[in-house]
Amino acid sequence: MAEMNGSMTSADVLNNYAIEEIQTDILIVGGGMVGCGAAFEIKKWAPKDMKITLVEKAAIERSGAVAMGLSAINTYLGDNTPEDYVKHVANDLMGIIREDLVYDVGRHVDKTVEHFEKLGLPVFKEEEEDTRSIAEGGRPLRAGRWQIMIHGESYKVLVAEAARKALGEENIKERVFVTELLMDEKHENRVAGAIGFSLREAKIYIFKAKAVIMACGGTVNVFRPRSQAEGMGRTWYAIWNAGSTYAMGYQAGAEMTTMENRFVPNRFKDGYGPVGAWFTLFKSRVLNAHGEDYMQKWGHMLQDYAPYGLAKVPATCLWNHVMLKDWMEGNGPFYMNTSGAMKQLFETLPEKRKKSLETDAWEDFLDMTVAQAGLWAAMDIDPQETNSEVMPTEPYFLGSHAGACGMWVSGPDDISPKEYQWGYNRMTTVNGLFTGGDGVGASGHKFSSGSYTEGRLAAKSAVRFVLDDSGYTPTVHTENKVLAEKIYGPMITFEKFKDYSTEPNVNPNYIKPRLYLFRLNKLMDEYVAGTSTFYKTSEASLLRGLDLLNRLKEDASKLAASNLHELMRAWENYHRSIVGELHLRHVLFREETRYPGFYYRTDHPKLDEQNWKVFVNSKLNKSTGQPDVFKRPYIELVPKN
Amino acid sequence: MPSFVITEKCDGCKGRDKTACQYICPNDLMVLNKDIMKAYNQEPDQCWECYNCVKICPQSAIEVRAYQDFAPLGSSVIPMRGSDSIMWTVKFRNGKIKRFKFPIRTTPEGGIDPYQGIPEENKGDLKSNLLCDEIGKELAAPKK
Repeated sequence: MAEMNGSMTSADVLNNYAIEEIQTDILIVGGGMVGCGAAFEIKKWAPKDMKITLVEKAAIERSGAVAMGLSAINTYLGDNTPEDYVKHVANDLMGIIREDLVYDVGRHVDKTVEHFEKLGLPVFKEEEEDTRSIAEGGRPLRAGRWQIMIHGESYKVLVAEAARKALGEENIKERVFVTELLMDEKHENRVAGAIGFSLREAKIYIFKAKAVIMACGGTVNVFRPRSQAEGMGRTWYAIWNAGSTYAMGYQAGAEMTTMENRFVPNRFKDGYGPVGAWFTLFKSRVLNAHGEDYMQKWGHMLQDYAPYGLAKVPATCLWNHVMLKDWMEGNGPFYMNTSGAMKQLFETLPEKRKKSLETDAWEDFLDMTVAQAGLWAAMDIDPQETNSEVMPTEPYFLGSHAGACGMWVSGPDDISPKEYQWGYNRMTTVNGLFTGGDGVGASGHKFSSGSYTEGRLAAKSAVRFVLDDSGYTPTVHTENKVLAEKIYGPMITFEKFKDYSTEPNVNPNYIKPRLYLFRLNKLMDEYVAGTSTFYKTSEASLLRGLDLLNRLKEDASKLAASNLHELMRAWENYHRSIVGELHLRHVLFREETRYPGFYYRTDHPKLDEQNWKVFVNSKLNKSTGQPDVFKRPYIELVPKN
Repeated sequence: MPSFVITEKCDGCKGRDKTACQYICPNDLMVLNKDIMKAYNQEPDQCWECYNCVKICPQSAIEVRAYQDFAPLGSSVIPMRGSDSIMWTVKFRNGKIKRFKFPIRTTPEGGIDPYQGIPEENKGDLKSNLLCDEIGKELAAPKK
């Protein structure tokens, strides 16, 4: 694809834009791990004449959450059973998960990991000399019970190369940002495609499709980040994850689940480098300013959250909960005891592993969070000598890592209870709309391998869905020009008013995407349990936040964009504000504190298993424009110990 | 840590069919100033420091400078990405240097056959829950 130079200005775009309508059978929105998994699987099931199109806002070699690379695959079962996996995920997410979906990932994911190795992903082996692949009997080096170590700098490059070859270059549209899904105007509750715009030329895309697999990742930057200048770019999850999956799914009428959940990772401060390997591989602990292990000191607090606090590895939120207690007692800052851990390992490890220990620690950062290596270099940190500060971050929304936000989807017909199953695995409650990874709610701990697996599952189902209804053609009555003017709305606003003031960023007629984001960040932080309140909120605070958020959303119609790049920011930040609204409404509805350490309802401070061991789901009420929020039952499939 | 472009080294990828950094940036940050044919990062505070522009630049004209709102000055981390491995040079503020080399792939660039080992013609049942590389496998179900 030829690249245009620079971001085209609003004037240039509006003066002469084209509308391209693409008829396809299945549209894949998002070329991350889910999209690439779907692209790979789909061609093995689709008839030769079935047209598959993938659309992505960046370049698939380096898009999505794995764009930088990864140092580990966090879901590989190996000797564990899918039952073990369900128990682990259920405990970590405080009991409320869709066990059918988690089980399903667990029974397929290892084949996906073997596939990655075939593509060329270098996997560490228990015995360094072992040249066999996992499929040939080689044993991968575990970083923890579920994790295996990889040289994953090019992880995404590899899966993208496979996806590109599978689909064919002509079926991949890159640098196209999808703003919303199209709904069929003849058939109630059925998706008919999606619309978007090119970031490189004056062109609107209207995709008409019989099924859509939508997976555009989780959501970053809904809350005010701890760093407020340049460092705000250094988010923990991929900064380009703008919540488009949740916003577009919700607006299309898909039922959402567990949007009250959030993830507050406890990471190396500011650089947000991974700590997982330090805990599981290097056997390190985090200590307070006085060298005390806060988990031992306040361990009795875990009893309040039985059974999730009493497991061998307590739920992730509870680690934060105990640390916050120690912090409030005045015992911070907190440090990863890298020096102590390395000293201890040096005493026990065989000679050849000692040598690679330091290299492994640096590779952990360089494969997936280069910034953390940069920060260690800037601070002259040698992990053998100096411990590094650790801190809980701003909140994130995702469904693939240690979080559970997403859409409510059908499970597989062989194991899901009837309440969780409506014919097509990984189909949302909107007919023809499928998702995976961060898009599928209530089933975290999929990580990269599980997300790719879920893309594969969704792809196979989508093919069957299309073939089962072979007479269908999408019907969209809205004129293409009307759709185009909606997409370009922020540019039209900018062009109309830009000359009113001498400084285009300060103009009473509109709001720029950057300020829209800051306003969202501020109100979410102050009223919806951000870092500035130590993750605390209450009904009164939430209602005040909702009032401010509703006014912000009213102002969305006045978003203004001076070029195509800013137009993408306008749509991304609008998507973020919808995710913020969903989160707020779910937190308001769940009258308990289910995830202490991630957030607290100070007016309902306890875990309430009696009344709230249920899913909180929501759905757009098209007559009020607000979400209806309601309960769905939790059904246990795997008995817990 | 925003990326920055070294004026002297950037040639705007003229003579190539696309500006490499602009092609690859996952966040659409890199743009070309066509008047002087030099690229720049148009939104440094949205830079994740993923290093993809640094790795792809054919002129080695892009580096990353630590986020100044929390990092002291003077360090650098510079990759050299080859076809099967990557070399990193980490320069500390105090002048110390560490070098690392890691493999990145075991297959040649562009040499992937996505379906190796999977039969050309899929004999699987579209209605079953088996994926294309699982044909013939018996899927587990939860033990009651």
